[in-house]
Amino acid sequence: MEMEMETESQKPYHVDVGNLLAFNPFHNFPSLPTSRDELVKECLQEGTKLVQAVADSLFNLPSNEDVDGPLVKLPPPTTKLPREKHLPKPKPPTKWEEFAKKKGIKNRKKDKVVWDEQTGKWKRRFGYDRVNDDKDIPIIEAKMTDEPGVDPFAKRQDDKKQRIVKQEKNRLQNLKQAAKIGALPSHVQLAATALPITGTQAPSKKVTKDELGNVAGMAATSTASGGKFDRKLPGEKPAKKQGKHRKFLPVVEGSGIGSREKEQTENVLNKLISKHSHEILNVGKAVTMYNVKKEKKTRNKRNQEGKSSSATDKLKPKKQLHKKTGKKGPGSSKKGKAK
Amino acid sequence: MMKIKTPRSGRVRRALEKRAPKLVETGKKTLILQGTKTSGTLNEVLSEIYHLKKGGAVRFTRKNDNIRPFESGGETSLEFFSLKTDCSIFVYGSHSKKRPNNLVLGRMYDHHVYDLVEVGVENFKSIESFTYDKKMAPRVGSKPFVAFVGEGFENVDELKHLKEVLLDLLRGEVVENINLAGLDRAYVCTAISSNKVYLTHCALRLKKSGSVVPRMELVEVGPSMDLVVRRHRLPNEGLRKEAMKTAKDQPKKKIKNVSSDAIEGTIGKIYIPDQKVGDVALPNKAKGVKRERREAKKKEANERASKKQKEESE
Repeated sequence: MEMEMETESQKPYHVDVGNLLAFNPFHNFPSLPTSRDELVKECLQEGTKLVQAVADSLFNLPSNEDVDGPLVKLPPPTTKLPREKHLPKPKPPTKWEEFAKKKGIKNRKKDKVVWDEQTGKWKRRFGYDRVNDDKDIPIIEAKMTDEPGVDPFAKRQDDKKQRIVKQEKNRLQNLKQAAKIGALPSHVQLAATALPITGTQAPSKKVTKDELGNVAGMAATSTASGGKFDRKLPGEKPAKKQGKHRKFLPVVEGSGIGSREKEQTENVLNKLISKHSHEILNVGKAVTMYNVKKEKKTRNKRNQEGKSSSATDKLKPKKQLHKKTGKKGPGSSKKGKAK
Repeated sequence: MMKIKTPRSGRVRRALEKRAPKLVETGKKTLILQGTKTSGTLNEVLSEIYHLKKGGAVRFTRKNDNIRPFESGGETSLEFFSLKTDCSIFVYGSHSKKRPNNLVLGRMYDHHVYDLVEVGVENFKSIESFTYDKKMAPRVGSKPFVAFVGEGFENVDELKHLKEVLLDLLRGEVVENINLAGLDRAYVCTAISSNKVYLTHCALRLKKSGSVVPRMELVEVGPSMDLVVRRHRLPNEGLRKEAMKTAKDQPKKKIKNVSSDAIEGTIGKIYIPDQKVGDVALPNKAKGVKRERREAKKKEANERASKKQKEESE
């Protein structure tokens, strides 16, 4: 709470009760007191005034009586001081949390003990003596889908191990995602166990889904019918063909933003009527051609002056008759930057 | 390949969580250490500052010759110590002919040097040299009053910076509730000239006065010294902005297209985009489809209609 206190000299102090701080910005020593004691005395005097100012506002705050003395709730400090550590970033939702949010799955409160049908007792949900433990199952009935020669008990254990591995992998992915944005929980550290491979052994290049898709697309396009009638695996998407797709504009379209047919016709018209004729004429090229022609002309003239014979003139091949002119009229050529 | 490392015991986990960045921060711990050469006065100064901040300070007594706060490479040791001891303010003392009785007060942000102020200590008087009634002696760890006197603290850049650093150093823990009976100390800093500050530590005596507020009396007990500002380094602007961010700064997001009216209350604007008539799927493409398919579709539609009629009649 910043409060301005009037003193005898009618000048306000800056009081910050949250920090028990008081600042007098108006005091100055017009002349330094000669003796040290005088200086100390004056400083203490000023200090007392300031502390009194803070105490005034402090003791007037509402207090609760406690065993040791009156307890006062301090207001938050007003002077801003820099933090010592960065602001903690909130943890990003894990993949399961995102999925649960999307589906609207809520966390249900679970009991500590669960009734175990197998043994007929109340058992823990997890841990030492738990419900649905693998070792409690005496008999597993064979199903039609079971292969002969496969131990179902071992299979159950393997399945469990697989689930554990998968869960660890998912947990690592979630933590990596959090670490990427800098919101790793304080007690977790991610450590690299293997160094990046250098030297002759190149890291095994994993083919990505997009790459495989591209390759499959290329293979499909190379068939006679462009991959349209190939037998597809269940779940396979139609082959992506490389190249331009012709897009036909719809017949009926509203007249809002982006009436595409209008834009298309406008573009064509502009090119024809050459509203932007400078786009058809390549100015740079025209200029260089003109310059070259001019230079050749002057060079020829100079040569002629030097040699001065009309015979040589006739013998010279008349190049200039067949040369195209540099200046091009609007719309008379199709050399512009057409699509 | 990455491995997840988590602490195996609760004690380690709790210690790590104590050091994690928090939304609202309580006091900073202070690291007190010295350089290659120290003088007698400087040693006393350092130990007395340590006594003043007993609860939240760490004192290193060995000499560290590779710490040079103002040089670019000389801060690595400091940052390492700050990381290991979790201290965000440090007081580094050194003595040389050019800078006698030198104290560097510095702060850290994320265990990297944030800003530095170098002061020289003059006219130091230790706690022993003061005579006072021992009963009034301030107790360890009590929250102090801090008083700054002088226009220099407002006008001079270096003194402004020093004021901020001194406040950070002296204020102790940031608490919500305080016991009024436990207020027994005050620090008074006076700007004597444009580069000198007189710092003293006093005990408080609360005397009965007419009203609820007692009359304050300051008695010098603790160390008193003159601080002469020598050099200082302010934090660079980007770092300062980041360090000054508080948690409350965030919820200021203005919701778009919502305004409030005095009469009608909250008003929202809804923008309906243009309906793209060309992209709408045609419902019954009977005309564009081959005859057999067209007829098959018609048949299907008829069957469905008759089915419905049957169900309704049943």
